[in-house]
Amino acid sequence: MSTRPGKGGGRRRVAPLQEHTGCLLEVVEIKTHFKTPAGVVRAVDGVSLTLDRGRTLGIVGESGSGKSVLSRSIMGLLPAHNVIREGSVKFEGNELVGLGSNDMRRFWGVELSMVFQDPMTSLNPVMRVGNQITESLRYHLGMEKDEANATALNLLRSVGIPEPQQRMRQYPHELSGGMRQRVVIAIALACGPKLLFADEPTTALDVTVQARILDLLQRQQRERHMAMVLVTHDLGVVAGRTHDIAVMYAGKIVETAPTATLFRNVKMPYTEALLQSIPKLDYHSHTRLTVIPGRPPNLIHPPKGCKFSPRCAYAQERCLEEDPPLFEADTPGHHYRCFFPVGTPEGVEAFSRNQERGETAAGTPVVVRTAEAV
Amino acid sequence: MAEADTDSTRDAGDAIHDRDLIAGAPVSPTELDVVVAEAVDAVIVVDTEAEIERAATKRLGIMGWLAIGWMALVALMTIAPGLFPIPSLDERSIEALRSGNFGPQSGHPLGIDGSGYDMAAKVVNGARASMIVSVGAVTFGLVVGGFLGLIAGYFRGRIDTVLTAGFNVMLAFPQLILALTLVTVFANQQGVSYGRRVGVVTFAIGIVSVPILGRITRANTLAWAQREFVLAAKVIGTKTSRIMFREVLPNVLPAMFSIVLLGVGVAIVVEGGLALLGVGVPPGIDSPSWGNLIASLRSQLFFGRPWGVFAPSMAVFLTVLSLNYLGDVVRARFDVRESVL
Repeated sequence: MSTRPGKGGGRRRVAPLQEHTGCLLEVVEIKTHFKTPAGVVRAVDGVSLTLDRGRTLGIVGESGSGKSVLSRSIMGLLPAHNVIREGSVKFEGNELVGLGSNDMRRFWGVELSMVFQDPMTSLNPVMRVGNQITESLRYHLGMEKDEANATALNLLRSVGIPEPQQRMRQYPHELSGGMRQRVVIAIALACGPKLLFADEPTTALDVTVQARILDLLQRQQRERHMAMVLVTHDLGVVAGRTHDIAVMYAGKIVETAPTATLFRNVKMPYTEALLQSIPKLDYHSHTRLTVIPGRPPNLIHPPKGCKFSPRCAYAQERCLEEDPPLFEADTPGHHYRCFFPVGTPEGVEAFSRNQERGETAAGTPVVVRTAEAV
Repeated sequence: MAEADTDSTRDAGDAIHDRDLIAGAPVSPTELDVVVAEAVDAVIVVDTEAEIERAATKRLGIMGWLAIGWMALVALMTIAPGLFPIPSLDERSIEALRSGNFGPQSGHPLGIDGSGYDMAAKVVNGARASMIVSVGAVTFGLVVGGFLGLIAGYFRGRIDTVLTAGFNVMLAFPQLILALTLVTVFANQQGVSYGRRVGVVTFAIGIVSVPILGRITRANTLAWAQREFVLAAKVIGTKTSRIMFREVLPNVLPAMFSIVLLGVGVAIVVEGGLALLGVGVPPGIDSPSWGNLIASLRSQLFFGRPWGVFAPSMAVFLTVLSLNYLGDVVRARFDVRESVL
């Protein structure tokens, strides 16, 4: 995956434009704004990314960062009214932006598919599980009833559902949350999509079930050689499971890198703060957890300059005035949006300056960190 | 006491205990605790009792089975009136007429009308016309209103605005007047056949029920169409019409069904009202309906013979009561199901 500098925010182009011919998914500068009575919400504000078959991309961000809207916008699932969708989404060279529901139906299910967050609401309560799976098989692939049933059985078996024969005849409320999510995955995979979006697929599930569902998604992705986008607010979820990670903040990608690079060499203070907020097993009990101060920015009236600056421990005067473009790091494929990146002399200097004066340029108090947190 | 007051850092409970100790109050803290615990228990008991009661009303119960029994009887009257041990419609009982006893008597369990015809026969045979009109009307309302409501609730936007405005305009019409006008215009000429008259009466009452069913369907569709499984169906490429009828409609049906049961009851009453105004199912010896029986026999009331009106009124009353009760049961069940999911 590679990202391009934002036109809207960046003043200069740092990363060179790369040609991705034959790429499965190519998203360029997609913007998704909602018109609301309070004003225009810039939920996604210029995101570019590319994804190839067999690759997985993790999109990480806190609530309201635009990660779910991004995946729905790419899939063309947003309502037609009061939504502004600009930019370009190319799927195998086909432009998806501007297509209506009728044209999108060629892609949905067969090419692009999605696993939703809550298996309680993403299955129809009054339809048998079997029918919900065979429906798309019969309509998309034109299978006969017997063939569709046999395929559905295989699908259920492949997503690890015991006694699939019985499950086919059951209603969703007769299954546990984990089982339901497996059914949802089976439905999403039924027509063999080339690209699967998983929108917080484990958020609604028990912790013990989460890992199994993620393993299942990962195994299916490998076996089917799909591309997969895993949307989550949990860095731990994507840590060992994705090739690349894109961190979103206020509708923009603020840092993106191959997974290993990102965890080894964090550049963006936001990513660093996210990582620090994960409690560690070797913490003493009653250790005060590290939090990111403040709240995600108002997307109707976003702050001037860097959107993260009001909450950032590194923030300098420049951050409040100027929106940083995407810079390219030394390691290939690593991009970030920061003037004072973590681990660089500028970043160290900015942080120590803020520590000395006790607050950042935005006026946020700087807490002197304990050794283990740093 | 002064000690407790000066120590402002203590919480209220400590203060009370201290005061009790100092003043030697009769209620010890432990007693107080017991009282509180009992009060809490009492509240909990009341709660569970209410819960059990609520759960019981959701089951059918004796009333529910009685209602079902009566409706089964009505259905039998509608389909096969010949099964009942009653005289034929054109059979007059001169002896009963001579005796001057119009009330229940041997051979005439529901009495006779002013001409000596058997009331039981009339009520049993009248069920068919009443049920055809009311069920037909509500079915019409269900199909048309349900379809429009589904469209309005699913697509929202401009279509919804237009359809909802249409429903509101229709609701603003006095129902009986609208039905009256329709029947007068379309089926009140000389020589209008019985079938056409019944058809127009059904249509007139059906039109009136369209906005009611339309709005209920729209409201429920709005709620269900927001659910993620609709989006999930869309994501696998399901056609819009299929999503509407296979995914959304089955979920909306329970709500529609409870209104349908209530609606049939209302339609029976409206049919009676139209008959009273002279524009219902045309009265005749061999074409009774509950409505036109009440209408044509109401003059009997002036002669001190209430039975002619009482028998069909009772049939209407029991039917409407049963339908309302069953409608409530259906709605209660529907609510339970939704809260479980």
